[in-house]
Amino acid sequence: MGAGHAHKLYRHGHSPVHGLPAHCKIAAVFCFVLVVVSTPREALWAFGLYAALLALAAAAARVPARFLLTRLLIEVPFVAFAVLMPFVAEGPRVHVGGLSLSTSGLWGTWNILAKGTLGVAASVLLAATTELRELLQGLQRLRMPPLLVQIASFMIRYGDVITDEMRRMRIARLSRGFEARGVRHWGVLAKSAGALFIRSYERGERVHLAMVSRGYTGTMPVLDAASVTRAQWTRAAALPLAALAVCLLGWTL
Amino acid sequence: MDPLSTTTPAPAPSLAVSRLAYAYPDGHQALFGVDLTVGRGERVALLGPNGAGKTTLVLHLNGILTAGAGTVAVAGLPVAKEHLAEIRRRVGIVFQDPDDQLFMPTVREDVAFGPAAAGLRGAELDARVTEALTRVGMADFADRPPHHLSFGQRRRVAVATVLAMRPEILVLDEPSSNLDPASRRELADILRSLDVTVLMVTHDLPYALELCPRSVVLSGGVIVADGTTQELLCDEELMRTHRLELPFGFDPRSVDVPL
Repeated sequence: MGAGHAHKLYRHGHSPVHGLPAHCKIAAVFCFVLVVVSTPREALWAFGLYAALLALAAAAARVPARFLLTRLLIEVPFVAFAVLMPFVAEGPRVHVGGLSLSTSGLWGTWNILAKGTLGVAASVLLAATTELRELLQGLQRLRMPPLLVQIASFMIRYGDVITDEMRRMRIARLSRGFEARGVRHWGVLAKSAGALFIRSYERGERVHLAMVSRGYTGTMPVLDAASVTRAQWTRAAALPLAALAVCLLGWTL
Repeated sequence: MDPLSTTTPAPAPSLAVSRLAYAYPDGHQALFGVDLTVGRGERVALLGPNGAGKTTLVLHLNGILTAGAGTVAVAGLPVAKEHLAEIRRRVGIVFQDPDDQLFMPTVREDVAFGPAAAGLRGAELDARVTEALTRVGMADFADRPPHHLSFGQRRRVAVATVLAMRPEILVLDEPSSNLDPASRRELADILRSLDVTVLMVTHDLPYALELCPRSVVLSGGVIVADGTTQELLCDEELMRTHRLELPFGFDPRSVDVPL
């Protein structure tokens, strides 16, 4: 045991941002991302302002820049393809240092990189200031289908249990002298994965049995009906509203 | 007659199983007419070899499985579809693997699950959760995720999750399995301190002797013996016939059974 204390994205703290109710923060991040995505890509300065807004929010949450920036790396595999666009896109071309690049492709890359990075940064900030459990409760309060929330909450609860089971199976394989060295051994790994699936499935049935035994009828009882003050909503709305102002400026200028 | 009001003159037994028979949908018959009565406040051990039908019997007690023939009643209330919710509140089953039992993100939410499903909310619910956790000595762990607890602690929380429903009868499936001796003793202390009827399914015969004055042996889908635990464990013929074996060096005659 012992693995997975809180989650790696979360940074414990007592800042004003940490204190906001999760569903306010989720709504704020969602609106912020929508606003960013609908900004015209030519308004370069607008994206700078968005980044500044996020930096302000990060400062209010007392999340250090380094913490935020290192976690941004998660987007690298997703934007890798965007880097190819200037080389493959059609249209008028510019020459930079002996490379022939497509103008529309460059704009496309910028568009994806800028909006993607801002979106990921906002999400990382949300994750850094909100515990997983609160996130789920927030989603539940935002009327996300309860079944999806339940599935996500079971994922969190049983992630460690299943990883542990996987680790035990690996140790059992190693103890009998098995080491995956090449394609020939993939069959064994595939069978292990199958066995793990069946074990998890059976555990699912046992968990369901335990739930039914305690009166489960298909819905999770919502335990705390935390009330949200107008001030909290206003504070959460500051980020997307400021972004909206920037966006509108971007369209009109 | 209203079954709920029978408690006043002579309390109905916590559990009354009568001529219970059950065959699984694939045709395998597991129970062949089980008769078992457990009085209020009794602690009874249900012993028997693997495959005797113990789990099948347990799953009848709260209506997960429906009797092919015969009846089950909990404190006078028959187990039937129309009062399943009340039956499941009255019968608290603690399953063998606490990871199956504790499915919520924190201990507090998990203990609150049963009473909340029954409609309890707010301060009353909080009080119920605290009470249940205090009874198993886990009140300080309310906000921890279950997978950060030791196995013994998880087993105790699992007991609390059903205590929170104020059950009529506590059904424990192999309560001592995988526990180290200290956790085992702690759990025994907790179980002894509870003022609740207990039915304990176990292979751990010394544990049964320690905790349960009375035992029944289920073998081949019927109850083959019912008596004081010490008597049953000393009956070598009975023990041999039903594949019950005492641990090496353990002599049930030498034990002063706590009353």
